[in-house]
Amino acid sequence: MKILVTVKEVATVEDEFEIEGTEIAEQYLGADLNEWDDYAIEEAVQLQEDGIADEVVAVTIGPEDCEQTIRQALAKGADRAVRVWDDALEDVDLLDVNAKTEILSAVIEAEEPDLVLSGVQAGDDSFGATGVSVAEQLGFQWGAVVNHLEHDLEDGVASVRRELEGGVEELTDIELPAVLTIQTGINEPRYASLRGIRQAQRKELDVQTLDDIGVDESTIETELELTDMYEPESESDATVWEGSADETAGELGELLRDKGVAQ
Amino acid sequence: MSDVLAVADHRRGDLRDVSYEIVTAGRELADETGGDLHLAVISGTVDDFADKLNRDGVDAIHTVDHGEEFNHDIYAQAVTQLYDELAPQYVLTPNSVNGLDYAPAVANELDLPVVTDTVDLEADGETLVATREMYGGKVETTTQLEGDAVVTIRGAEWPAAEGTGDAAIEAFDADIDEDTVGSTVTGFEEVGGGDVDISEAELLVSVGRGIEEEENLEMIRELADALDATLSSSRPIVDNGWLPKNRQVGQSGKVVTPDVYIAIGISGAVQHVAGMKGSDTIVAINTDPNAPIMDIADYAIVDDLFDVVPELIEEFQ
Repeated sequence: MKILVTVKEVATVEDEFEIEGTEIAEQYLGADLNEWDDYAIEEAVQLQEDGIADEVVAVTIGPEDCEQTIRQALAKGADRAVRVWDDALEDVDLLDVNAKTEILSAVIEAEEPDLVLSGVQAGDDSFGATGVSVAEQLGFQWGAVVNHLEHDLEDGVASVRRELEGGVEELTDIELPAVLTIQTGINEPRYASLRGIRQAQRKELDVQTLDDIGVDESTIETELELTDMYEPESESDATVWEGSADETAGELGELLRDKGVAQ
Repeated sequence: MSDVLAVADHRRGDLRDVSYEIVTAGRELADETGGDLHLAVISGTVDDFADKLNRDGVDAIHTVDHGEEFNHDIYAQAVTQLYDELAPQYVLTPNSVNGLDYAPAVANELDLPVVTDTVDLEADGETLVATREMYGGKVETTTQLEGDAVVTIRGAEWPAAEGTGDAAIEAFDADIDEDTVGSTVTGFEEVGGGDVDISEAELLVSVGRGIEEEENLEMIRELADALDATLSSSRPIVDNGWLPKNRQVGQSGKVVTPDVYIAIGISGAVQHVAGMKGSDTIVAINTDPNAPIMDIADYAIVDDLFDVVPELIEEFQ
């Protein structure tokens, strides 16, 4: 069985930051592997270790700068990676769900995996929609917000749990090929070992343009336009206790006694 | 067309709160576009659901009586066909776990843009301006698009619709192709049972990502013991396997309403707040004065939890 994992390098923001236009000023931005994708990679690598997957391929859309992040997937155990980038994508402010769907679907069609794992959402733009959209595009089955996958994919069926709201899980059988969007907590992502990091440098990282994967530039034209970005207004009317830790702890202690919940 | 089609959410026989909220969101949007508000109720006891959702401002309710529980293939097919039939400008769905399991498929099938997790919407003619968060709530953004779209709305952002409506309730004869249904729900399970029920506690000592390391949890346990309080946490602590699922407060965990909730090192992501905003008194201990938890805290200590918590333990030992 072949597994494809979609991964994304996401922008991270410091606690204090400034906004310039519709972007966060660059000096306050960092980059990291998307948290949800880390769990998706781990799940794929565990499937490989359990002898269920023969090959794990990581796929990303991003410029050369993100290669270091994508190599993390290789360092953790993915066999090879595909990075799609194109000059035509440089000028796109917001790569929307439809554009990502076109690109990822083209790669998946060429790779023909049995199972695609993607994160539930990306930590930066948080659309949470690409995995399901890709599945629909490809005619794959799908399951969103999966927090358990049985490592027994016999008869071409994935038995999963979907994490619904309020502490309820839905048990669902999904026919393969399928796209599962992976929720945090499904496993415990490993740290890459030094050996893994060294090996990752030698693993194949194939760079493809839109032309290479057969996607026409016009299909990735985004229909969404980011028009404003601002810090949400604080609605806090909290009483802030000032002073040393000793003093503030004292204030809290007094409150707890007043409320009759502690002595 | 200028109509709005909103889709209700239900599970195991009950409509979810967001189903009433989406009526309000849909009505507001339809007022702006100058169109009608249509509701879709798919699967389950549809007539009963339709009666309950027949509130002020709903123009028509379309029921699709097919199966008991949510199945994304059924929903996707029914909503796509309703779009073809009604030609609405906007399809509105909840940004719930199930909403996200079909809304993107509907958008892709209909070749429409999709905007998810919106907290405010404004329409003007063909233009939609959607407000949504980015970077885990650190910023809000507005996204603009022209023409028809699929939009998902965040729960608890719009008030529930009230009153009694006079909508026409009609069965919609969706042509469901069972051959394309590739997933089967085999059951549900309540998680988070076990030794303790945090929703019963009067005093919760709740810990989040700010605790940094698993071994630091010991200090929070000591505090809970000293206060005779119950220990709970935000999602990352449970994801890390440091506490069992039955300790998790939030959208996917438990909803709690203690007399006092002490949030220690919890930033206050919207999913967490959904589970604890009903607490009588909320105290936040956090180094970041701008953390979202401060918006709902009644009292705050802007300081390092590693300094404050030991002092508090000492006071109650």
